[in-house]
Amino acid sequence: MAAFAHAMPLGGLFGGVMIGLAAAAMLLGLGRIAGVSGLFARSIGVAPAGAPWTVALAFVAGLPLGALVAAWAAGGIEANYPGLPALVTGGLLVGFGTRLGSGCTSGHGVCGLARLAPRSILATLAFMASGFVTVGLLRAGGLL
Amino acid sequence: MTRALLALASGALFGAGLAVSGMADPVRVRAFLDLFGAWDPTLAFVMAGALLPMALAWRLQRRMPRPLAAPGFRLPEPRRPDAPLLAGALLFGAGWGVAGLCPGPAIAGLAIAPVPAAIFIAAMTAGMLLQRAAAAALSQRSRKGGLPWTSSA
Repeated sequence: MAAFAHAMPLGGLFGGVMIGLAAAAMLLGLGRIAGVSGLFARSIGVAPAGAPWTVALAFVAGLPLGALVAAWAAGGIEANYPGLPALVTGGLLVGFGTRLGSGCTSGHGVCGLARLAPRSILATLAFMASGFVTVGLLRAGGLL
Repeated sequence: MTRALLALASGALFGAGLAVSGMADPVRVRAFLDLFGAWDPTLAFVMAGALLPMALAWRLQRRMPRPLAAPGFRLPEPRRPDAPLLAGALLFGAGWGVAGLCPGPAIAGLAIAPVPAAIFIAAMTAGMLLQRAAAAALSQRSRKGGLPWTSSA
């Protein structure tokens, strides 16, 4: 069990249900997919079409607001960030990839997967596999 | 106004869920992808927890003529998977592995670790603009844009 010493199954499950309920509220309330990459792109004017600008901006603004409340309620949230090269390389790849692939972990991984959409199933398998391989290569190269 | 408030509340619940689930910690996310290191399965529990209410929501959605606070459902049409989808997902997964961050936790992270989160978001924005520029340039050059990086979706 030592390998899973830091796992938080209950916190993960509970937080996951909150994420799912939030996505359900977007779907049943506003008739939209809670896809963060698409809503973010829309909010900053990169995406030509999509949710109304106010809806996109409000959702995006809500993310740090909710995290702030959760951090306050929990007396702090642990967050260990990588260094500058990883942030910049990762950010560029995530931005380019999510636009080209029409979505990220939320849109494909939560909303699309729950809908059993073939495109989202393929995208989720692909980004998961790519993530595993990338981290495996980083570890093999002594970068982790 | 109602719609913006609902979107704000949904975003806040989403962001709080990310923080509660440990997904606001890039090192924990990367540890899920690190099969040969100290593997952390937490992300699998988060996915399971999120898929449950969302699967129920899709069942409800099929019986609803319209959403509660909008005139109609605006959802992606069923389409075949294509090369841009696959190439984009592979690139996204690589970036996710490198930084341990995807868009949701990065934006939520502005409230927890503002400086590194902002750096990641700036790079992510640059990546999005690069994709748009590449798609525009290539769709102009190729008569029938069948190349994987020509998607502007």
